[in-house]
Amino acid sequence: MAEAVHASLKVHRGIMPFGLIKYGLRPWRSPRRVLPRAQELKPSYDIVIIGGGGHGLAAAYYLAKDWGITNVAVLEKGYLAGGNTARNTAIIRSNYLTPEGVRFYDESVKLFQSLSNEFDFNILYSERGHLTLAHTDAALRTMRWRAEVNKHLGVRSELIFPDEIRKLVPCLNLSEDVRYPILGALYHEPGSIARHDAVAWGYAIGAAARGVELHQKTEVTAINHADGKVTEIVTNRGRVRCGVAMQAVAGSSSVLAKMAGFKLPIRTIPLQACVSQPLKPFLDAIIVSGSLHVYISQSARGELVMGGSTDPYALYSTRSTLDFKEGLMAHMLELFPFLGEVKLLRQWAGLADMTPDFSPVMGETPLENYYIDAGWGTWGFKATPVCGKRMAETLASRKVPDILVPFRLARFEEFALVGEKGAASVGH
Amino acid sequence: MKIINCPLNGPRNASEFLWGGEVKEMPDPTASDPAAWADYVFLQENEAGIVREWWCHLPTAFWFIAERDTRTDEILRTHRPSELFGKRRDFAQPKPEEGA
Repeated sequence: MAEAVHASLKVHRGIMPFGLIKYGLRPWRSPRRVLPRAQELKPSYDIVIIGGGGHGLAAAYYLAKDWGITNVAVLEKGYLAGGNTARNTAIIRSNYLTPEGVRFYDESVKLFQSLSNEFDFNILYSERGHLTLAHTDAALRTMRWRAEVNKHLGVRSELIFPDEIRKLVPCLNLSEDVRYPILGALYHEPGSIARHDAVAWGYAIGAAARGVELHQKTEVTAINHADGKVTEIVTNRGRVRCGVAMQAVAGSSSVLAKMAGFKLPIRTIPLQACVSQPLKPFLDAIIVSGSLHVYISQSARGELVMGGSTDPYALYSTRSTLDFKEGLMAHMLELFPFLGEVKLLRQWAGLADMTPDFSPVMGETPLENYYIDAGWGTWGFKATPVCGKRMAETLASRKVPDILVPFRLARFEEFALVGEKGAASVGH
Repeated sequence: MKIINCPLNGPRNASEFLWGGEVKEMPDPTASDPAAWADYVFLQENEAGIVREWWCHLPTAFWFIAERDTRTDEILRTHRPSELFGKRRDFAQPKPEEGA
């Protein structure tokens, strides 16, 4: 086909506008249809997954691929991956603080590394190295703690000091004449970025090809349950019965859980982010500073992808605030003073499911055949593959795998929290 | 939401305020089980709609209650906590019976 395109362009070189229109209207140019056309909902499925973001699609994919279960429907209120999957800043890492967290996220990093090959579709996985800067003695202590926990579990993390930071990121302002001088950093070599919507599309295409039904514009309006079991899911396109159901709707988790009749330890708080105009590549590593509430990486397109801490109060709106940008940029300019004249290109917000211990909520709920995948705060994208794989295992075998047990919903009433506040996000 | 109307100080910039979370009924400190405390400490209504919550004006350390719509980011009303909490709470442990 490439040759045909080349030939057709050559023929029409003389009369370019007409040639371009004709070329654009050629039937063979239409894109490959990767997802089957929308169809009616069936009255019943073995498994219903509520939420067609990265996590829901990954669970559907692994159900079909690893467990051979294809009588599965994914119900999505809007369009696939239109929520937090496409609103995060696409950072992948496993340098957490608790052994439970490190083990879980490390499995995710390993799955991410082979995902492009598995999908035969490029997710632009790019290993950059991830630096978490320390500006205080207390932060240095936490970095050393994280490095030791990581190394113990086979994850490559090191505490490094300004001389080494200078070699890795020559453009970073390491001057001592600033408000918060950089004392050291936690260097996590496998830290990466990837194209987040490609990850969701890869899972969606793979799941649909194996027979999973993806229903977009299908909003769940009620969850009927009796005797501790889900009996029927009511949507704006009709009712479906199911053997097992799962919710993966970070941002609206509490709303859906309320339909199923239980409360969650979650507050919905917006997280804002922005990108700059594209610049020539100058920043290879991903730079994070918990104390300055900033993180920054440069995408394959050259845009600087920047984010900060969550908003100061709960909200179900993706509105934008000037406070966020002012706070972010004030600190960003201390790290990279030469960005002063750079323009912002886009900004947006996502709704983050914040839990009290900064760890997710996965596994069983008070309803026997209803499972939950929630509490993804500011750490959901990096867990997409492992969460999909392990939630698929949970739904198929009806048994929660050991790696997910620490993140059970019941941990709160047992006062057995998994404290990741020091490693999960910035701004505390 | 850029201005918050503090019942003590009047309209002030939102950056002067701290969000304190949902107004909840505290379990009886002298007689309640751990499950009730777990519910009180961790679980949230997290309503998408009109909520009643605590706010604090930081420079004057004044806590008050606001009714806010979490879908539109608008504060509908603010008032002093005394409207809801009229009585003084007694935290004293019940005295053990004499001779027990």
